[in-house]
Amino acid sequence: MNGTGQIWTLISTFGLMSLFAVGGANSAIPEMHRVAVDINHWMTDRQFADVFAISQLSPGPNVLIVTLIGYSVAGISGAMAATLAMCGPTAILAWYVSRLLARSTTSRWPAIIQAALVPLSIGLMGASALVLARTSDVSWTATMITIVAAVLATATRLSPLWMMVAGGLLGFAGVI
Amino acid sequence: MPPDSSPAFGPPDPSAPGRAIQPTLLELFLAFAGMSLGGFGGVLGWARRSIVDQHRWMTAEEFNETFALCHILPGPNIVNLSFVFGSRFGGIAGGVAAFAGLIGPPMVIATILAGLYTRYGDIDALRRALAGVACAAVGLLIAVVLRMMMPLIRKRDAMGMLILVAVFVTIGIFKLPLQAVLLVGIPLSLVMSYFVRMRGQT
Repeated sequence: MNGTGQIWTLISTFGLMSLFAVGGANSAIPEMHRVAVDINHWMTDRQFADVFAISQLSPGPNVLIVTLIGYSVAGISGAMAATLAMCGPTAILAWYVSRLLARSTTSRWPAIIQAALVPLSIGLMGASALVLARTSDVSWTATMITIVAAVLATATRLSPLWMMVAGGLLGFAGVI
Repeated sequence: MPPDSSPAFGPPDPSAPGRAIQPTLLELFLAFAGMSLGGFGGVLGWARRSIVDQHRWMTAEEFNETFALCHILPGPNIVNLSFVFGSRFGGIAGGVAAFAGLIGPPMVIATILAGLYTRYGDIDALRRALAGVACAAVGLLIAVVLRMMMPLIRKRDAMGMLILVAVFVTIGIFKLPLQAVLLVGIPLSLVMSYFVRMRGQT
Protein backbone atom coordinates (compact mmCIF):
# COMPACT_ATOMS: atom_id res chain seq x y z
CA MET A 1 0.00 0.00 0.00
CA ASN A 2 1.36 3.47 -0.85
CA GLY A 3 1.69 6.36 1.61
CA THR A 4 -1.46 8.25 0.66
CA GLY A 5 -3.50 5.07 0.74
CA GLN A 6 -2.26 4.37 4.25
CA ILE A 7 -3.16 7.87 5.40
CA TRP A 8 -6.69 7.42 4.10
CA THR A 9 -6.95 4.02 5.77
CA LEU A 10 -5.89 5.64 9.07
CA ILE A 11 -8.38 8.49 8.68
CA SER A 12 -11.33 6.26 7.80
CA THR A 13 -10.43 3.65 10.44
CA PHE A 14 -10.05 6.04 13.36
CA GLY A 15 -12.72 8.49 12.20
CA LEU A 16 -15.28 5.69 12.24
CA MET A 17 -13.88 4.12 15.41
CA SER A 18 -14.16 7.39 17.36
CA LEU A 19 -17.92 7.49 16.78
CA PHE A 20 -18.17 4.12 18.53
CA ALA A 21 -15.73 4.89 21.36
CA VAL A 22 -18.38 4.98 24.07
CA GLY A 23 -16.81 6.22 27.28
CA GLY A 24 -13.57 7.48 25.76
CA ALA A 25 -10.43 6.32 24.03
CA ASN A 26 -9.68 3.50 26.48
CA SER A 27 -12.95 1.81 25.46
CA ALA A 28 -11.72 1.45 21.90
CA ILE A 29 -8.45 -0.32 22.72
CA PRO A 30 -9.73 -3.83 21.81
CA GLU A 31 -10.87 -2.44 18.46
CA MET A 32 -7.51 -0.71 17.94
CA HIS A 33 -5.76 -3.98 18.72
CA ARG A 34 -8.02 -5.90 16.35
CA VAL A 35 -7.46 -3.41 13.52
CA ALA A 36 -3.74 -2.73 14.05
CA VAL A 37 -2.50 -6.21 14.98
CA ASP A 38 -5.00 -8.82 13.76
CA ILE A 39 -6.35 -7.30 10.55
CA ASN A 40 -3.81 -4.88 9.08
CA HIS A 41 -0.63 -6.26 10.71
CA TRP A 42 0.62 -2.74 11.31
CA MET A 43 2.39 -3.91 14.46
CA THR A 44 3.03 -6.99 16.58
CA ASP A 45 1.36 -7.82 19.88
CA ARG A 46 4.54 -6.77 21.66
CA GLN A 47 4.73 -3.44 19.84
CA PHE A 48 1.08 -2.76 20.69
CA ALA A 49 1.83 -3.30 24.38
CA ASP A 50 4.88 -1.00 24.10
CA VAL A 51 2.83 1.71 22.38
CA PHE A 52 0.20 1.49 25.12
CA ALA A 53 2.94 1.86 27.74
CA ILE A 54 4.42 4.92 25.99
CA SER A 55 0.99 6.54 25.64
CA GLN A 56 0.37 6.10 29.36
CA LEU A 57 3.78 7.54 30.21
CA SER A 58 3.46 10.66 28.10
CA PRO A 59 1.42 13.64 29.30
CA GLY A 60 -1.98 14.39 27.79
CA PRO A 61 -5.23 12.56 27.20
CA ASN A 62 -5.41 8.76 26.74
CA VAL A 63 -6.25 9.18 23.09
CA LEU A 64 -2.53 9.62 22.32
CA ILE A 65 -2.16 5.87 21.74
CA VAL A 66 -3.73 6.65 18.37
CA THR A 67 -0.92 9.13 17.61
CA LEU A 68 1.62 6.39 18.22
CA ILE A 69 -0.23 3.82 16.09
CA GLY A 70 -0.51 6.39 13.30
CA TYR A 71 3.22 7.12 13.51
CA SER A 72 4.14 3.47 13.21
CA VAL A 73 2.02 3.19 10.05
CA ALA A 74 2.94 6.37 8.17
CA GLY A 75 5.37 8.53 10.16
CA ILE A 76 4.61 12.07 11.24
CA SER A 77 1.76 12.60 8.79
CA GLY A 78 0.27 9.30 9.93
CA ALA A 79 0.47 10.42 13.55
CA MET A 80 -1.34 13.67 12.79
CA ALA A 81 -3.94 12.07 10.52
CA ALA A 82 -4.83 9.37 13.05
CA THR A 83 -5.06 11.82 15.97
CA LEU A 84 -7.23 14.34 14.15
CA ALA A 85 -9.48 11.58 12.74
CA MET A 86 -9.98 10.18 16.24
CA CYS A 87 -10.63 13.58 17.87
CA GLY A 88 -12.20 15.81 15.24
CA PRO A 89 -15.54 14.20 14.30
CA THR A 90 -16.67 13.53 17.87
CA ALA A 91 -15.63 17.02 19.02
CA ILE A 92 -17.83 18.52 16.30
CA LEU A 93 -20.65 16.12 17.20
CA ALA A 94 -20.38 17.15 20.87
CA TRP A 95 -20.45 20.81 19.89
CA TYR A 96 -23.54 20.27 17.73
CA VAL A 97 -25.41 18.32 20.40
CA SER A 98 -24.53 20.83 23.12
CA ARG A 99 -26.09 23.57 20.99
CA LEU A 100 -29.23 21.49 20.49
CA LEU A 101 -29.52 20.77 24.20
CA ALA A 102 -29.01 24.41 25.12
CA ARG A 103 -32.51 25.02 23.74
CA SER A 104 -34.27 22.21 25.62
CA THR A 105 -32.72 21.41 28.96
CA THR A 106 -35.77 19.82 30.57
CA SER A 107 -35.50 16.54 28.70
CA ARG A 108 -34.96 13.39 30.76
CA TRP A 109 -33.28 11.64 27.84
CA PRO A 110 -29.73 12.57 28.85
CA ALA A 111 -30.18 10.70 32.14
CA ILE A 112 -31.62 7.62 30.39
CA ILE A 113 -28.89 7.62 27.77
CA GLN A 114 -26.25 7.93 30.44
CA ALA A 115 -27.73 5.06 32.46
CA ALA A 116 -27.74 2.94 29.29
CA LEU A 117 -24.19 3.77 28.22
CA VAL A 118 -22.34 3.48 31.54
CA PRO A 119 -22.47 -0.36 31.68
CA LEU A 120 -21.46 -0.54 28.02
CA SER A 121 -18.43 1.66 28.55
CA ILE A 122 -17.33 -0.24 31.67
CA GLY A 123 -17.64 -3.53 29.75
CA LEU A 124 -15.53 -2.06 26.95
CA MET A 125 -12.85 -0.87 29.34
CA GLY A 126 -12.82 -4.27 31.01
CA ALA A 127 -12.30 -5.81 27.59
CA SER A 128 -9.46 -3.32 27.02
CA ALA A 129 -7.81 -4.48 30.22
CA LEU A 130 -8.19 -8.12 29.16
CA VAL A 131 -6.74 -7.55 25.68
CA LEU A 132 -3.80 -5.61 27.11
CA ALA A 133 -3.22 -8.15 29.87
CA ARG A 134 -3.00 -10.87 27.22
CA THR A 135 -0.29 -8.95 25.37
CA SER A 136 1.62 -7.72 28.45
CA ASP A 137 1.33 -10.39 31.11
CA VAL A 138 3.57 -12.92 29.40
CA SER A 139 4.97 -14.41 32.59
CA TRP A 140 4.05 -15.15 36.17
CA THR A 141 5.99 -12.14 37.50
CA ALA A 142 4.48 -9.83 34.87
CA THR A 143 1.00 -10.87 36.01
CA MET A 144 2.01 -10.18 39.61
CA ILE A 145 3.06 -6.61 38.70
CA THR A 146 -0.35 -6.04 37.10
CA ILE A 147 -2.20 -7.42 40.13
CA VAL A 148 -0.15 -5.41 42.62
CA ALA A 149 -0.66 -2.20 40.60
CA ALA A 150 -4.41 -2.85 40.43
CA VAL A 151 -4.62 -3.43 44.19
CA LEU A 152 -2.48 -0.39 45.05
CA ALA A 153 -4.45 1.87 42.71
CA THR A 154 -7.75 0.66 44.20
CA ALA A 155 -6.74 0.78 47.85
CA THR A 156 -4.34 3.73 48.05
CA ARG A 157 -4.04 7.25 46.65
CA LEU A 158 -0.53 6.62 45.35
CA SER A 159 0.16 8.47 42.09
CA PRO A 160 -0.14 6.23 39.00
CA LEU A 161 3.19 7.64 37.84
CA TRP A 162 5.08 5.90 40.65
CA MET A 163 3.52 2.55 39.87
CA MET A 164 4.49 2.82 36.22
CA VAL A 165 8.02 3.90 37.17
CA ALA A 166 8.24 0.94 39.56
CA GLY A 167 6.98 -1.40 36.82
CA GLY A 168 9.53 0.02 34.41
CA LEU A 169 12.38 -0.45 36.90
CA LEU A 170 11.32 -4.03 37.63
CA GLY A 171 11.18 -4.72 33.90
CA PHE A 172 14.57 -3.08 33.40
CA ALA A 173 16.01 -5.23 36.16
CA GLY A 174 14.91 -8.27 34.17
CA VAL A 175 12.25 -9.50 36.60
CA ILE A 176 9.61 -10.11 33.93
CA MET B 1 -7.89 51.57 19.71
CA PRO B 2 -8.05 55.39 19.49
CA PRO B 3 -6.66 57.00 22.62
CA ASP B 4 -9.81 58.99 23.32
CA SER B 5 -12.24 56.05 23.35
CA SER B 6 -14.02 55.89 26.65
CA PRO B 7 -14.19 52.51 28.42
CA ALA B 8 -17.98 52.45 28.08
CA PHE B 9 -17.73 51.97 24.32
CA GLY B 10 -14.68 49.75 24.29
CA PRO B 11 -14.65 45.97 24.65
CA PRO B 12 -16.14 44.67 27.92
CA ASP B 13 -13.73 45.06 30.77
CA PRO B 14 -12.93 41.53 31.91
CA SER B 15 -12.08 42.68 35.42
CA ALA B 16 -15.46 44.38 35.93
CA PRO B 17 -17.30 42.80 38.86
CA GLY B 18 -20.36 40.65 38.21
CA ARG B 19 -19.41 39.82 34.63
CA ALA B 20 -18.26 36.38 33.54
CA ILE B 21 -14.61 36.47 32.59
CA GLN B 22 -14.16 36.09 28.84
CA PRO B 23 -10.97 34.31 27.91
CA THR B 24 -9.21 35.31 24.70
CA LEU B 25 -8.28 32.71 22.07
CA LEU B 26 -4.67 32.69 23.26
CA GLU B 27 -5.76 32.26 26.88
CA LEU B 28 -7.98 29.33 25.84
CA PHE B 29 -5.11 27.71 23.94
CA LEU B 30 -2.64 28.18 26.79
CA ALA B 31 -5.05 27.03 29.50
CA PHE B 32 -5.87 23.80 27.68
CA ALA B 33 -2.23 23.21 26.76
CA GLY B 34 -1.36 23.62 30.43
CA MET B 35 -3.98 21.20 31.72
CA SER B 36 -3.09 18.69 29.02
CA LEU B 37 0.65 18.71 29.74
CA GLY B 38 0.17 18.91 33.51
CA GLY B 39 -2.63 16.37 33.48
CA PHE B 40 -0.56 13.28 33.61
CA GLY B 41 -2.71 10.17 34.08
CA GLY B 42 -6.07 11.79 33.46
CA VAL B 43 -6.66 15.33 32.34
CA LEU B 44 -10.13 15.66 33.89
CA GLY B 45 -9.02 16.65 37.39
CA TRP B 46 -6.68 19.27 36.00
CA ALA B 47 -9.34 20.58 33.67
CA ARG B 48 -11.75 21.06 36.56
CA ARG B 49 -9.11 22.82 38.64
CA SER B 50 -8.08 25.12 35.82
CA ILE B 51 -11.55 26.02 34.48
CA VAL B 52 -13.50 26.23 37.74
CA ASP B 53 -11.03 27.10 40.50
CA GLN B 54 -8.19 28.92 38.82
CA HIS B 55 -9.76 30.85 35.94
CA ARG B 56 -13.41 30.86 37.13
CA TRP B 57 -14.63 30.51 33.58
CA MET B 58 -17.43 28.19 34.73
CA THR B 59 -19.15 27.26 37.97
CA ALA B 60 -18.73 23.72 39.25
CA GLU B 61 -22.31 22.87 38.17
CA GLU B 62 -21.79 24.21 34.66
CA PHE B 63 -18.60 22.20 34.41
CA ASN B 64 -20.32 18.99 35.58
CA GLU B 65 -23.18 19.47 33.12
CA THR B 66 -20.82 20.08 30.23
CA PHE B 67 -18.69 17.12 31.18
CA ALA B 68 -21.72 14.82 31.59
CA LEU B 69 -22.77 15.68 28.06
CA CYS B 70 -19.28 15.02 26.68
CA HIS B 71 -19.20 11.76 28.60
CA ILE B 72 -22.36 10.29 27.06
CA LEU B 73 -21.21 11.22 23.57
CA PRO B 74 -18.63 8.95 21.91
CA GLY B 75 -14.96 9.77 21.55
CA PRO B 76 -12.28 11.10 23.88
CA ASN B 77 -14.36 12.93 26.53
CA ILE B 78 -11.91 15.60 27.48
CA VAL B 79 -11.24 16.43 23.83
CA ASN B 80 -14.97 16.83 23.27
CA LEU B 81 -15.10 19.05 26.34
CA SER B 82 -12.33 21.31 25.03
CA PHE B 83 -14.21 22.01 21.81
CA VAL B 84 -17.60 22.51 23.47
CA PHE B 85 -16.06 24.71 26.15
CA GLY B 86 -13.98 26.83 23.78
CA SER B 87 -16.86 27.38 21.37
CA ARG B 88 -19.02 28.67 24.21
CA PHE B 89 -16.64 31.61 24.60
CA GLY B 90 -15.17 32.17 21.19
CA GLY B 91 -17.46 30.44 18.69
CA ILE B 92 -15.78 27.99 16.30
CA ALA B 93 -12.45 29.80 16.66
CA GLY B 94 -12.60 29.40 20.45
CA GLY B 95 -13.40 25.71 20.05
CA VAL B 96 -10.48 25.22 17.71
CA ALA B 97 -8.13 27.16 20.04
CA ALA B 98 -9.03 25.01 23.07
CA PHE B 99 -8.95 21.80 20.99
CA ALA B 100 -5.54 22.69 19.53
CA GLY B 101 -4.19 23.53 22.98
CA LEU B 102 -5.34 20.22 24.43
CA ILE B 103 -4.23 18.02 21.54
CA GLY B 104 -1.32 19.87 19.90
CA PRO B 105 1.48 19.91 22.49
CA PRO B 106 0.98 16.32 23.73
CA MET B 107 0.71 15.16 20.12
CA VAL B 108 4.13 16.67 19.41
CA ILE B 109 5.58 14.93 22.48
CA ALA B 110 3.97 11.61 21.58
CA THR B 111 5.28 11.89 18.02
CA ILE B 112 8.83 12.51 19.30
CA LEU B 113 8.50 9.50 21.63
CA ALA B 114 7.18 7.41 18.74
CA GLY B 115 10.21 8.44 16.67
CA LEU B 116 12.58 7.49 19.48
CA TYR B 117 10.76 4.17 19.90
CA THR B 118 11.08 3.39 16.18
CA ARG B 119 14.79 4.16 16.37
CA TYR B 120 15.71 2.59 19.70
CA GLY B 121 12.80 0.23 20.35
CA ASP B 122 14.97 -2.80 19.69
CA ILE B 123 17.36 -2.07 22.53
CA ASP B 124 16.80 -4.87 24.98
CA ALA B 125 16.91 -2.82 28.20
CA LEU B 126 14.31 -0.38 26.82
CA ARG B 127 12.01 -3.20 25.75
CA ARG B 128 12.22 -4.76 29.19
CA ALA B 129 11.46 -1.44 30.90
CA LEU B 130 8.50 -0.73 28.60
CA ALA B 131 7.14 -4.22 29.20
CA GLY B 132 7.23 -3.48 32.93
CA VAL B 133 5.47 -0.15 32.44
CA ALA B 134 2.79 -1.86 30.34
CA CYS B 135 2.14 -4.43 33.09
CA ALA B 136 1.65 -1.69 35.68
CA ALA B 137 -0.49 0.39 33.32
CA VAL B 138 -2.80 -2.60 32.74
CA GLY B 139 -3.17 -2.88 36.51
CA LEU B 140 -4.13 0.80 36.68
CA LEU B 141 -6.76 0.27 33.99
CA ILE B 142 -8.19 -2.69 35.92
CA ALA B 143 -8.43 -0.45 38.99
CA VAL B 144 -10.38 2.15 37.01
CA VAL B 145 -12.80 -0.55 35.80
CA LEU B 146 -13.28 -1.85 39.35
CA ARG B 147 -13.92 1.64 40.68
CA MET B 148 -16.49 2.31 37.95
CA MET B 149 -18.22 -1.02 38.64
CA MET B 150 -18.75 -0.34 42.33
CA PRO B 151 -21.90 1.84 41.96
CA LEU B 152 -23.53 -0.85 39.78
CA ILE B 153 -22.74 -3.53 42.35
CA ARG B 154 -23.92 -1.38 45.23
CA LYS B 155 -27.21 -0.64 43.48
CA ARG B 156 -27.56 -4.37 42.63
CA ASP B 157 -28.13 -3.27 39.05
CA ALA B 158 -28.52 -6.75 37.51
CA MET B 159 -29.43 -5.38 34.09
CA GLY B 160 -26.38 -3.14 34.00
CA MET B 161 -24.12 -5.99 35.06
CA LEU B 162 -25.63 -8.25 32.38
CA ILE B 163 -24.88 -5.69 29.68
CA LEU B 164 -21.42 -5.09 31.10
CA VAL B 165 -20.56 -8.80 31.03
CA ALA B 166 -22.07 -9.27 27.56
CA VAL B 167 -19.90 -6.47 26.14
CA PHE B 168 -16.83 -7.75 27.98
CA VAL B 169 -17.26 -11.28 26.59
CA THR B 170 -18.14 -10.36 23.00
CA ILE B 171 -15.36 -7.78 22.64
CA GLY B 172 -12.70 -9.06 25.03
CA ILE B 173 -12.98 -12.82 24.52
CA PHE B 174 -14.63 -13.36 21.13
CA LYS B 175 -13.00 -10.24 19.69
CA LEU B 176 -16.06 -9.23 17.68
CA PRO B 177 -15.88 -5.87 15.89
CA LEU B 178 -16.79 -2.87 18.08
CA GLN B 179 -19.35 -1.48 15.64
CA ALA B 180 -21.27 -4.75 15.40
CA VAL B 181 -21.48 -5.18 19.17
CA LEU B 182 -22.53 -1.58 19.82
CA LEU B 183 -25.10 -1.46 17.02
CA VAL B 184 -26.89 -4.24 18.89
CA GLY B 185 -25.85 -3.26 22.42
CA ILE B 186 -26.73 0.44 22.47
CA PRO B 187 -30.39 0.11 21.34
CA LEU B 188 -30.86 -2.90 23.63
CA SER B 189 -29.40 -1.08 26.62
CA LEU B 190 -31.44 2.05 25.86
CA VAL B 191 -34.71 0.14 25.68
CA MET B 192 -33.92 -1.73 28.89
CA SER B 193 -32.96 1.34 30.89
CA TYR B 194 -36.00 3.20 29.55
CA PHE B 195 -38.33 0.51 30.87
CA VAL B 196 -36.48 0.23 34.16
CA ARG B 197 -36.98 3.98 34.63
CA MET B 198 -40.65 3.84 33.64
CA ARG B 199 -41.28 1.02 36.09
CA GLY B 200 -39.45 2.92 38.81
CA GLN B 201 -41.82 5.87 38.37
CA THR B 202 -45.13 3.98 38.67
